[in-house]
Amino acid sequence: MMPMIEAHDLVKRFKSFTAVDHVSFMVPEGVVFGFLGPNGAGKTTTIKMLTTVLAQSEGRLLIDGHDPVTEPLLVRRLFGIVFQDPSLDDELTAAENMELHGALYGLPRSQRRERTETLLRLVGLWDRLDTYVKHLSGGMKRRLEIARALLHRPRVLFLDEPTVGLDPQTRIRIWEFIRAMCRDERVTVFFTTHYMEEVERVADRIAVIDHGRIVAEGTAAALRQQTGAKTLEDAFITLTGRNIREADADPIDRMRALRQASGIRR
Amino acid sequence: MNAIYILWLRQLKRYARSRARIVASLGQPILFLLALGFGLGPTFARAGRGDYVQFLAPGIIAMSILFMAVFSGIEIIWDRQFGFLKETLVAPVSRLEIVLGRTLGGATVALIQGLIVFIVCLAVGFRLPHPLLLPAGLAFMALVAVMCTAAGTALGSLMHDMQGFQLTMNLVVLPLFFFSSALFPVANLPEAMWLAVRLDPLSYGVDGLRGTITGAFAFGATTDFAVLVGLAAILLTTGAYLFSRMEV
Repeated sequence: MMPMIEAHDLVKRFKSFTAVDHVSFMVPEGVVFGFLGPNGAGKTTTIKMLTTVLAQSEGRLLIDGHDPVTEPLLVRRLFGIVFQDPSLDDELTAAENMELHGALYGLPRSQRRERTETLLRLVGLWDRLDTYVKHLSGGMKRRLEIARALLHRPRVLFLDEPTVGLDPQTRIRIWEFIRAMCRDERVTVFFTTHYMEEVERVADRIAVIDHGRIVAEGTAAALRQQTGAKTLEDAFITLTGRNIREADADPIDRMRALRQASGIRR
Repeated sequence: MNAIYILWLRQLKRYARSRARIVASLGQPILFLLALGFGLGPTFARAGRGDYVQFLAPGIIAMSILFMAVFSGIEIIWDRQFGFLKETLVAPVSRLEIVLGRTLGGATVALIQGLIVFIVCLAVGFRLPHPLLLPAGLAFMALVAVMCTAAGTALGSLMHDMQGFQLTMNLVVLPLFFFSSALFPVANLPEAMWLAVRLDPLSYGVDGLRGTITGAFAFGATTDFAVLVGLAAILLTTGAYLFSRMEV
């Protein structure tokens, strides 16, 4: 299998803090790759390096054979991304958001229209073409963002917690769309999430990162076997421990997290 | 080019759709024009300075452009807050194109706002001495719009939340307006005040616009033009630089 994403000894330091510490992994073409880890483990920093937003301090990175640092504009054409937080323009319609994306990525107008129709039909939003984004539900916005990320025919799709805050029905639906679109378009998927049952269901391969290092890699079954755990969630806890990590959260957030955790135990 | 155009168009669409914003931002210039124009008008005339509305109108037009332009530039904070900024920052276009599209869009919006205020001025008695002066007036309006939007973009790139916005409005925009000679003639000003007027970039916009219309320049058309073009270029470069250093 051809490698779509290759990371060799990737390091990212912020002053004295090392967020990503000699991370290496390979994502073959056409694979759905789950990137897991507790908060502050280095997931988002890694995604930022993969998507040209941050430059690594050390190590080598290749997306479909191209270096994000030396060829950022080329690499940006190769991937689509759905960020953790919404990134649509609420004051524009669904169609206008797609149109804007197509123009930014240099798609000819006829192609923009055709692709928009195909993708919006696929995510079930074709009848919402002229609806303002601010009038769409949370799940619809997510589907629109996924369709938008695929508009320019990327080779890789990055999804940073694509289903956070959505109900189970919507989550299942969104993954159905992602899988269907990736099958149709032969797109490689790199995603993060905290929902372990989701990972079990959709990921072909998994890497677990903690304290900036990869602590395990393989299929869900292999990870369960390796740790002797019944579920992937148990395997995850075995690999990363029970402590709550709020590496970059402020003290108030930390207290809130602790309070919630103790509430659950009670 | 495509990217610059689509981001320009986005600003226009957002402006055209926010009727509340258009109406709200027309309220202030109209208030100034009516209350000051007719309130101080008799005193102004008695001092032998002629029709105050005629004098005030270019200042109020410049003010409305200033407010709208800085606001449009600073809108970057909103885009950051609501996430749209990320969409543009990972797109395969240079940061310079993004800044140019945004700034030209904001400047166009501010220019439209200035034209609406111009029409309001006509309605309350302002008269253009010659229709051929309109293109020259428009050129000065456009320069003020570009300069102020670029300044707003630069400020917006430095800020991380909405709190800085109110601060900018009170500490930057209002002084720029009040010291710009939009409201008063510059003859016989105290030395310190005259210095403040000359240091205020907006003064050159007000003077360019007023001189074009009334024929009496304080600094001269060439100086006004040169200062505005120079500052617009410097601020655009600064804005582009600060924006390029922004992190998602």
